[in-house]
Amino acid sequence: MASAKAARLGEEVWKSRVDKVNAELVTLTYGTMVAQLCKDYESDYLEVNKQLDKMGYNIGLRLIEDYLAKSNTMKRCVNFKDTAEMISKVGFKIFLNITPTITSWTSDNKQFSLIFEENPLADFVELPDDGRAQDELWYSNMFCGVLRGALEMVQMQVEAHFISDVLRGNDTTEMRISLIRYIDDEMPVDDD
Amino acid sequence: SRAAGPVAVAVAGEVAGEKKMDEEEEREAVFYRLEMLGYRVGQGLVERFSLVRPRFTDTLDIIKFLCKDLWMLVFRKQIDNLKTNHRGVYVLTDNSFRPFAKMSTEPGGNAVGRAQPFLWFPCGIIRGALASMGINATVQAETAELPGATFQIKSITTKP
Repeated sequence: MASAKAARLGEEVWKSRVDKVNAELVTLTYGTMVAQLCKDYESDYLEVNKQLDKMGYNIGLRLIEDYLAKSNTMKRCVNFKDTAEMISKVGFKIFLNITPTITSWTSDNKQFSLIFEENPLADFVELPDDGRAQDELWYSNMFCGVLRGALEMVQMQVEAHFISDVLRGNDTTEMRISLIRYIDDEMPVDDD
Repeated sequence: SRAAGPVAVAVAGEVAGEKKMDEEEEREAVFYRLEMLGYRVGQGLVERFSLVRPRFTDTLDIIKFLCKDLWMLVFRKQIDNLKTNHRGVYVLTDNSFRPFAKMSTEPGGNAVGRAQPFLWFPCGIIRGALASMGINATVQAETAELPGATFQIKSITTKP
């Protein structure tokens, strides 16, 4: 789907078919959860990143169904560039009312970045001031898992991770997404 | 454990009564954690959204804020019924509690039992919200039939 068309679709679904919830409630709830994870794992931020990714993955596995139902897009994306457009302009739009910017494609069209000019998860957030969180914690890491889980359900194995975050003092918040492979339909082994 | 049927549970219980105890403790720990998460969210919400309104005059005023403004903010509707014994107990009834709205209720599926865990986080929100408005309380919730839910607030100390 062309970029402009995807944007129109996202806008329309957001306006007409999405139950809204107070943004600050989301921010507070997510923040409280991250804080609890930091406590549970005794500030082992690498482990916290992993847990956030895992939670996101489990959300993504189910969220894709809601995405497909709401967006009502019966057509498969023709290529990974198309997929990127749909993620940004339809997926992020209908669930969070943001459209991260797509940039930095590799020449093989298998890797791109999403730049988050806005991030509802990270409003009013300050990372722990312990000298480590700034270097180790990827606060919004749940997003990576959501994409990984959701795309897996539509036959794409991807890898996603943040490479910068304004919360860490970087200029931008940037996620890198790589297509590893398209998953073939496979028959279960013992099913004849 | 969700996939295990009653038979499997009974067998497992016989084999290792100890294990069952652990599971029970684990569940309690999860509920405690959910409640505490809600508590922090409730505190945060009140800090943020009570700023622009006039000072509360008494406890009932605070409870009303909870039933109307806060409930609207979190669940996009107001509490349907409020009862009090005027001695620090308040019972809030929500006839169509949002988190329950889309739960399936297959016959014999113990939907009410399965819905219970979803009440801990909201209980925490209420307790946290009340705490930041100066009321220490215990909050208990139950549901007799989906999608309804009732919340019982018992204030421990009320402001003079």
